[in-house]
Amino acid sequence: MDTFQDIIRKLKAYWAERGCIIQEPYDIEVGAGTMCPETFLRVLGPKPYRVAYVQPSRRPADGRYGDNPNRLYKHWQLQIILKPSPADVIELYLGSLEAIGIDLTQHDIKFEEDNWESPTLGAWGIGWQVMLDGLEVTQFTYFQQCGGIDLDLVPAELTYGLERLTGFLQVKDSVYDITWAPGFSYGDVRFQDELQFSVYNFEMADVDTLWKLFALHEQEAARLLSAYPKSTEKPRFPLLPAYDQVLKCSNLFNTLDSRGAISVTERVGVIQRVRKLAVGVAQAWVDQQAGGGAQ
Amino acid sequence: MSLPFLLEIGTEEIPDWMIPTALASLQHQLESLGITARTDATPRRLVARADNLPERLPDTEELVTGPRTNAPAKAVEGFARKQGVAPADLAVEGDYYTFLRKTPGRRMIDVLAEALPGIILKITFPKTMYWTGKNGPRFIRPIRWIVALLGDSVIPFELAGVHSGKQTPGHRRLGAASAPISIATYERVLRANFVILSAAERRRRIEDGIAALGVRLKADAALLETLTYLTEFPTPIVGDFDPQFLELPEEVLITVMRHHQKYFSVADPNGHLAARFVAVMNTNADPQGLVRRGNERVLRARFDDARFFWQSDQRKKLADRVADLAHVTFQAKLGTYLEKTERVAALVKELGGDENAIRAALLAKCDLTTELVKEFTELQGVVGGLYARTQGDPEAVWQAIYDHYKPESMEDAIPRNHAGRLVSLADKLDTLRGCFRVGLIPTGSRDPFALRRAAQGIVKILIEAPLNFPLVTLAAGDQQLIAFLEDRVKFYFRDIRGFSYDEVNAAMAAGWNDLPELAARLTRLQEIRPTPDFEPLAASFKRIKNILRQAAFTGGPFTPGLLEDGPERDLFDEINRSAGQPIERVIGALRPKVDLYFDKVLVNVQDQAVRANRLAMLHDLLEQFRTFADFSEIVTNS
Repeated sequence: MDTFQDIIRKLKAYWAERGCIIQEPYDIEVGAGTMCPETFLRVLGPKPYRVAYVQPSRRPADGRYGDNPNRLYKHWQLQIILKPSPADVIELYLGSLEAIGIDLTQHDIKFEEDNWESPTLGAWGIGWQVMLDGLEVTQFTYFQQCGGIDLDLVPAELTYGLERLTGFLQVKDSVYDITWAPGFSYGDVRFQDELQFSVYNFEMADVDTLWKLFALHEQEAARLLSAYPKSTEKPRFPLLPAYDQVLKCSNLFNTLDSRGAISVTERVGVIQRVRKLAVGVAQAWVDQQAGGGAQ
Repeated sequence: MSLPFLLEIGTEEIPDWMIPTALASLQHQLESLGITARTDATPRRLVARADNLPERLPDTEELVTGPRTNAPAKAVEGFARKQGVAPADLAVEGDYYTFLRKTPGRRMIDVLAEALPGIILKITFPKTMYWTGKNGPRFIRPIRWIVALLGDSVIPFELAGVHSGKQTPGHRRLGAASAPISIATYERVLRANFVILSAAERRRRIEDGIAALGVRLKADAALLETLTYLTEFPTPIVGDFDPQFLELPEEVLITVMRHHQKYFSVADPNGHLAARFVAVMNTNADPQGLVRRGNERVLRARFDDARFFWQSDQRKKLADRVADLAHVTFQAKLGTYLEKTERVAALVKELGGDENAIRAALLAKCDLTTELVKEFTELQGVVGGLYARTQGDPEAVWQAIYDHYKPESMEDAIPRNHAGRLVSLADKLDTLRGCFRVGLIPTGSRDPFALRRAAQGIVKILIEAPLNFPLVTLAAGDQQLIAFLEDRVKFYFRDIRGFSYDEVNAAMAAGWNDLPELAARLTRLQEIRPTPDFEPLAASFKRIKNILRQAAFTGGPFTPGLLEDGPERDLFDEINRSAGQPIERVIGALRPKVDLYFDKVLVNVQDQAVRANRLAMLHDLLEQFRTFADFSEIVTNS
């Protein structure tokens, strides 16, 4: 039986053989692999790109103190970007499931409509949730827009839920019972993480501090963005660090949200603030990649 | 010679619910070429077929007129040269040279090769994407192959980088990646590759398969349709779940199965929910039970979640959640759900609601703070009702909470008890009044707060309950809202109840403030309409209305002494006799009198006193039926 890490290794090998750069997780907390610069910024512009990476994704509101068999504060996504999407992209995807030992002639696979939209990133796409014997194992999206910009080349984004796939293969009812490595369960590796972050996110995170941090990161991103158009050395202008500040804002927003500190009315406003920064970075990035003449 | 035609547009999986509309659109597009096509589809292919297409379009002839017969020879030669003939070949008609230019009809295959790319891209979908690049073609999902045949020949064209051909792929895992076909073998080859092209056949395969499983389903036609268009080779399987979950309410279990897993629910011999489900696979069999066990595991996890929410929600009673509604925004400009709840409760009281109705209004929105509704938003209201029942509220209260979003569509029933109807009315009215007050009024197809549905619900409840609250009062005198409701009243009677538009206009012209009363009048109007005297009388009423309008007459004194004996006095007597009688009884006698009156009596006479008197009598006659209907609105053949 393949362990959690075997499955990750096999999927990475599969995509590496199909021309993907294997990246490592981004080192700033994100809610989804889509938010990493390797997706959010690389899908912009006319340059083809193929990348695969595992990204621990934090959803503070989904935490359950480690006692729910299916819900996690942090889960592991395998993110694949194929830009532009090849004509046989679905075949390639099905091949990846076969590569981890799923005999698709013995299982039921369906592509059910599920379009994706991220208001905070000004991004949306068209696609499916891929259902394997009734279990959603992958989100498949053809990006159409990112940072409010129509994409030149349409990338396919495949996001695998690695815990779900492993639970499926290992026939485990609880995510904590998954074998991560020989002799180590998922629970052994991650339980404390789930418990402590749930306590923090739901009970102990200091709302005032989080708001202050949000404002500081927002301010820093905005400062850089407003400096970009005036910069005389655009090719070396630090837009990537500006984007890191946006990611910080996004995670703080999610934490504040799970803490119950954002009312429905405020929500829309805060999403707009993050979106404004994300869109600003995307536009400046496109300009910078094109030589920096337009802004 | 005539030829069969086949077009298969091969795509990645199209959302099931868009397929029937797309096929209708494809069929319509082909009609523009004069092709009457049969269509069919699976999620991966939209198919049109036709028989007997001509190999060529008919030849065409055009008579070209040239110079006059007395024109210089040079001009005649020039004309002939232009037509590619000698001057001797020209004909003469009247004073002119002419030439009958014959154009051979184009080959059908060329016509199709030119037209099909445009036709394919004109198929309408609610949402489209591009995939070859920013300025590339748009379609619902990427087009990956195209089969286009006329007889044995490929109709050659290219679309989005795909060249038409005569190869088609089978089922993604059970079929060949590419199989050669001809028009004659097409469906057979698909079938051999585990693709059933006919939606009707797939539907039947699901139904027969379920029958063979020996289970009785809770009927669900919409789900059957979804699964028919979600699969290329559907096979139903039955699975079980732990009967312990049956302690959860059926509504919750069914929602999880139906909306989240697309499973059919199964009924036990008593019609209750059984601890089983039917899933429909997109493959041919599950010999090892892998798919069944996989689906069972997924469902168990979902039910575990639901049970967890159900139990944890019980720790805080609905009544203790009212204050929490202060943290739930109803609409930015309209405040929180707590404020809405207070308004709705006051409105229910105003409408004469008893303590049960007022309590239901107070608790109706509390389930918005429960975990179960956050997880299964489609169960709002239902969950509140179920919690109220569990927490000991009387039937009148919990049913009212349970039902208060009803009717959610025109087919949906209204709330089952009086309290529920009042709460539903008050909730919808509050939304409408508030949105109209702050200018959130639907325009065209934009109706983000579903105000049309809310208004339609109000109309349906008032009529079907029935409740005769005056609409103008309900609308709090807001003229825009009154006009909005008027539209919904018309829609209800025409489109839901099937009254003709002129009957609705006629009856509404006599008032529509009391909807049950309007409904009763409309029914009577519909009944008397086919009687022989009605339409002629209606035509006369229209004439009367015109006469009064032309005379700008709006009422005046009537003096019986000015009446002429004969038809005029006869009509007067008849009007008096019919006063206060139901219309059904009077039209038979009234009609001949009115006819004779217009035959013999001139209204606009010289004598101004007599003329005014006649106008006054006609005015009285119209007035007599004013509270029933304005007959001049009836469209008559005469």
